Amino acid sequence: MTAQQDIALPAGRDKTADRKSGTAMLLLSIAVLAVLFLCPLFLKNFTVFQLTMMLIYAIAIMGLNLLTGFNGQFSLGHGAFYAIGAYTTAILMEHFGIAYGWTIPVAGLVCFVSGFLFGLPALRLESIYLALATFSLAIATPQILKLSILEEWTGGVQGIVIIKPDAPFGLPLSQDQWLYYVTLGTGLLLYWAARNLVRSRSGRAIMAIRDNPVAARSMGVNVSLYKALTFGVSALFTGVAGALAAIVVQFVAPDSFTLVLSIALLVGLVVGGVGWLPGALAGGAFIVFVPNIAEEVSKGLSGAMYGLIMILLIYLMPSGAGGLIRTLADWQKRR
Amino acid sequence: MKPLLRVRGLEAQYGLLKVLHGIDFDIGEGSVTTLLGANGAGKTTTLRALCGMVRHSGTIDFDGVDLTRRRTEDIVRLGIAHVPEGRGTFTSLTVEENLQLGAMTRRQGSEIEEDIRRIYRFFPRLEERSGQQAGTLSGGEQQMLAVGRALMLRPRLMLLDEPSFGLAPLIVREVFAILADIRDNMGVSMLIVEQNASLALELADEAYLIETGEIALSGPAAEIRDNESVRNSYLGY
Amino acid sequence: METFFQQVLGGIATGGIYACMALAVVMIYQAIHHLNLAQGEMAMFSTFIAWQLLQWGFPYWAAFVLTLGISFAGGFLIERVVLKPLENAPVLSHLVIFIALYAIFNSLAGFIWDFTVKPFPSPFGTAALFGEGLIGAHQAGMILVTLIVLFLLFAFFRYTRVGLAMRAAAANPESARLVGIRVGTMAALGWGMAASIGAVAGIMIAPVVFLEPNMMLSILLYGFAGAVLGGLTSPGGAVFGGFAVGVIENLAGTYIPVVGAELKLPIALALIVVVLVIKPNGLFGRTVVQRV
Repeated sequence: MTAQQDIALPAGRDKTADRKSGTAMLLLSIAVLAVLFLCPLFLKNFTVFQLTMMLIYAIAIMGLNLLTGFNGQFSLGHGAFYAIGAYTTAILMEHFGIAYGWTIPVAGLVCFVSGFLFGLPALRLESIYLALATFSLAIATPQILKLSILEEWTGGVQGIVIIKPDAPFGLPLSQDQWLYYVTLGTGLLLYWAARNLVRSRSGRAIMAIRDNPVAARSMGVNVSLYKALTFGVSALFTGVAGALAAIVVQFVAPDSFTLVLSIALLVGLVVGGVGWLPGALAGGAFIVFVPNIAEEVSKGLSGAMYGLIMILLIYLMPSGAGGLIRTLADWQKRR
Repeated sequence: MKPLLRVRGLEAQYGLLKVLHGIDFDIGEGSVTTLLGANGAGKTTTLRALCGMVRHSGTIDFDGVDLTRRRTEDIVRLGIAHVPEGRGTFTSLTVEENLQLGAMTRRQGSEIEEDIRRIYRFFPRLEERSGQQAGTLSGGEQQMLAVGRALMLRPRLMLLDEPSFGLAPLIVREVFAILADIRDNMGVSMLIVEQNASLALELADEAYLIETGEIALSGPAAEIRDNESVRNSYLGY
Repeated sequence: METFFQQVLGGIATGGIYACMALAVVMIYQAIHHLNLAQGEMAMFSTFIAWQLLQWGFPYWAAFVLTLGISFAGGFLIERVVLKPLENAPVLSHLVIFIALYAIFNSLAGFIWDFTVKPFPSPFGTAALFGEGLIGAHQAGMILVTLIVLFLLFAFFRYTRVGLAMRAAAANPESARLVGIRVGTMAALGWGMAASIGAVAGIMIAPVVFLEPNMMLSILLYGFAGAVLGGLTSPGGAVFGGFAVGVIENLAGTYIPVVGAELKLPIALALIVVVLVIKPNGLFGRTVVQRV
């Protein structure tokens, strides 16, 4: 990481070309949506589970993207909010017997508040220092979850086991398929919300802070409030993802939420494209599938393979999938 | 006499945007040439193209060496010092370190020390502040530092990008007087890009007027200075 | 009171390790303005190279010098081969490259030398000096080596032309090119030097924590913390920061009731974050003053 600098911004384009590539994008989006809706009906349960995890990571990455891509704040610790979301759901289900559906918004809310509160002191910290602070958060998370005084609630190192819910109303879906659709629905809802947020007045303020905090302040944007709020919203997304993950995996334990998770989310963000929301899908796919591919290429050197794949991807698309798609669109336009 | 720098058909672009549409000009050995024009005409781009800092094509011949394919670092090593827009100060280093950096490509340590003392004679204010972080200097002092840094190369050609920018009129006079002194006593050739046309024309031997990426007019500086219609239509004074 | 001194001494002993690493971190930060997440793994890999050389029967100091040389070449090459093509890529893409390097070195070391824990010799012996075995001969030697490296670096950056050129290239690449500095070469030199310093850190640390592919994981973290605490612009500050982190960690573990022992690391980190909130450039960091 370096001291601030550019964090990959989409280039401005003229309007007619935008409309043309807009139609292409629309068709592509419809195709992707159709595949997302239909594929679980034809796949093995384990594959459906993997796809669900991909969507869950995509939701978390979307949250991170709001913070990093649109507001310019680094976070190496989003795994912490993922963990808070997961534990909120698990504790509510285990100790209070609350239905899983209700725990998700609660988890989101808890994470929003935690994110906002963490964002307040973090306001003073720039780039690398913020990275260290969030990094510390990621390191601390599993250790705090293991604390003996919290064991009554968190289950300590053992964690909490949850029961997987069945599809309601006698729908002819397996548990995995049902949870896939729950995740897909939540994901689309959140995507819609994120898109509207980014295009709103507040969204412009958030991006103005990224591009030039001093100018944003002089235009009357309350920089501190917006930064802390963005942190909260970002944590909310990631927390919802964590809550869904707890239900889907049926299990939470401290060692699922180490630094590795936070780093994976960040890698997913970059692979998908910083500042481009749909890229989250590519990022989620990377997190779920690439380690498996690396493992298959070489068992003994799977870590090295994983690293090589990462380097190759960055070579091929230095600004992530989003950057690649923009380049292709520009090229298409020029023909 | 063969010119020191000979530029033909220079084109340059940023991304897809073409800024220079084939310009020609010469700079004579030991003379000051000025490039005048409005904002956005392509003056700064011309300087950047000479130093290989933007994508460009055409021929740039510096005393028999073709510059078009060379990297910035190597162009500097031929004796071309560029005082960039915004002065390019190394803000976190001291004033003296900034000067030493100007001589980075030279070898002889004792001569460098001597040159630093000479720069301090030109700009006594820099000597007073020699140990200070360069970012704390005022705009005028940073301009002096930038000129001093360029001189440390012992350049054959200096490229100056708006040396008057953001300076108080008195300081501008001072800087230009020193530039004249440098030409007269050290025989350094210069290419000066300026918005302050009257000032630049006083100093320059030759002048070129650039308009939207093309040379609109050229000739001896004195002639352009005395030509009222040119002054009215192009230079606005 | 006795416990207090014991804990402080123990903190200084482990702090020496962190200081060593923090110095390497600041070094590379000065040269390339990046925090290299793979730095710890690179240091670990260098240490394995030293171990291999020792196994092949090289005398200690010959292996030491040779490892430094190999590491320098390796760091230089990594910059040229892996990072150079991505010069203009966004910051976060660089971060992913660092993570990739991390995975590659970790996995390669495990593959070549396996994951069993190996003892590593100390050139200073293991005799206890004072503090009831808390600070032994090796710890003292390690601290001395760290200070020597610090001094050499200081002299290099302050008094040599290459050092000045490296600082200039990092501070303002465009201007550096305009005075004829080969900025790319400077970055590669910085990587080479950082790799060598990392190798020194690894070789000094290995006798304490033993050699294995994951030995640097938490040490790098403490090193970062120390570097950031001391201020990323100040090598001396980084060394101080490293010692401070060691002491803070030990004292937090002893004196903060109930959670102290379990949360040594998070508490130390939290304290550092608090310091940063008060002094955002670190204790000894320099704010770069800039006039508009």
